[in-house]
Amino acid sequence: MIFDYTVIQANLPLYLSGLLETLKLLGISLLLGLLVALPLALMRVSSRRWVSGLAWLYTYVIRGTPMLVQLFLIYYGLAQFAAVRESVLWPMLSNATFCACLAFAINTSAYTAEIIAGSLRSTPHGEIEAARAMGMSRSLMYRRILLPSALRRALPQYSNEVIMMLQTTSLASIVTLMDLTGAARTVNAQYYLPFEAYITVGVIYLCITLVFVRLFKLAERRWLAYLSPRKG
Amino acid sequence: MLNGYGDVILEGVGLTLQLALSSMALAIVLGLLGAAFRLSPIRPLAWLGELYSTVIRGIPDLVLILLIFYGGQDVINRVAPLLGYDDYIDLNPLLTGVFTLGFIFGAYLSETFRGAFMGIPKGQMEAGLAYGMSSVQIFFRVLVPQMIRLAIPGFTNNWLVLTKATALISVVGLQDMMFKAKQAADATRQPFTFYLAVAVLYLVITSVSLLLLKWLERCYSVGVRAAEL
Repeated sequence: MIFDYTVIQANLPLYLSGLLETLKLLGISLLLGLLVALPLALMRVSSRRWVSGLAWLYTYVIRGTPMLVQLFLIYYGLAQFAAVRESVLWPMLSNATFCACLAFAINTSAYTAEIIAGSLRSTPHGEIEAARAMGMSRSLMYRRILLPSALRRALPQYSNEVIMMLQTTSLASIVTLMDLTGAARTVNAQYYLPFEAYITVGVIYLCITLVFVRLFKLAERRWLAYLSPRKG
Repeated sequence: MLNGYGDVILEGVGLTLQLALSSMALAIVLGLLGAAFRLSPIRPLAWLGELYSTVIRGIPDLVLILLIFYGGQDVINRVAPLLGYDDYIDLNPLLTGVFTLGFIFGAYLSETFRGAFMGIPKGQMEAGLAYGMSSVQIFFRVLVPQMIRLAIPGFTNNWLVLTKATALISVVGLQDMMFKAKQAADATRQPFTFYLAVAVLYLVITSVSLLLLKWLERCYSVGVRAAEL
């Protein structure tokens, strides 16, 4: 077996546009996911049983089913209903990019909500008592004490979630999107060079992963410095 | 039930479970091997273990699945003629799926196991040495039984991710429940119904596994007091 890298070189623009598509999908779904995850996490730690139960059900169902099934439910499944096909949202819901972003955002919101909720729960009790003693209202306490510290402490786990999401975006290629994996599938289908096509893309994913790991290390050094062990 | 497609999908459940359980068995073997490598004092072995877990965990499952399925097919059909076998060989999707998922999740499990091994107090190993056990005996008699308790939470996580990842093998042609649901959806034009049914089945599998592993964890934690805060 001789590796034929001229094909990969010729298709470099395809890989590059795939890379941009992957990063776009990742960015949009992470942003949307985080926006949904915050209120969801607050619901999850609520002392009202039905509020936290509702958030629990959402995260349990999303985390208990495969991403592929969720993606198919949204992209192929929703078209089953005439009401959806005739609604104003249909132009968006028949768009693969929109459906993929929606499915990814829903998925990551569940995982992120659990991460933030766990982080909120592990807030030292003294901090809450101190905030109460200062006469802070509930919302002020969340804004100034609980969330800033909980979000920081969630950073290491969130970095894992971001990397998992990067890998999850590869599923977009199954619903015809031309992300990195989609580019590799096209190259393989055209030239029948599975090793060249997929190893190249694997190396690109690996590089992005390593960049993210590095970036999160820097972020932790910036925002979690107060928790790191003291260096001698 | 489900326009007569209920039975077809239930047939696929068996294949999904078979795939998940077999690949987990392979992953446990590879994970133990990987963890042993990574904790080994022999440098090249430790690097090899590190390389395995970093590379595999840094590449999406789907890419690895496509690589192994299409690449494996390619290699086999190039090597077979050299061995005097001239027919075109199709890879068995179940076997290849087990190998692929086992290989991928072995890397994740090696991390879980490594963390668990490191959580065992050093004195345990030293006591084994003092009794004159060989290092293999210490590994299987002292370390592994204690490691299991520490590994269960991480293992639970890995198992759930693995179960859900089996759905990806349907993309390369394994007729598991996801594949059957797609067929039924195409035939009846009711995709939502069938994918929802499959989602429910996955949820049942993950819920049952959660309960079983919780119970297992309790069994292995008998005699260990939880930290009281």
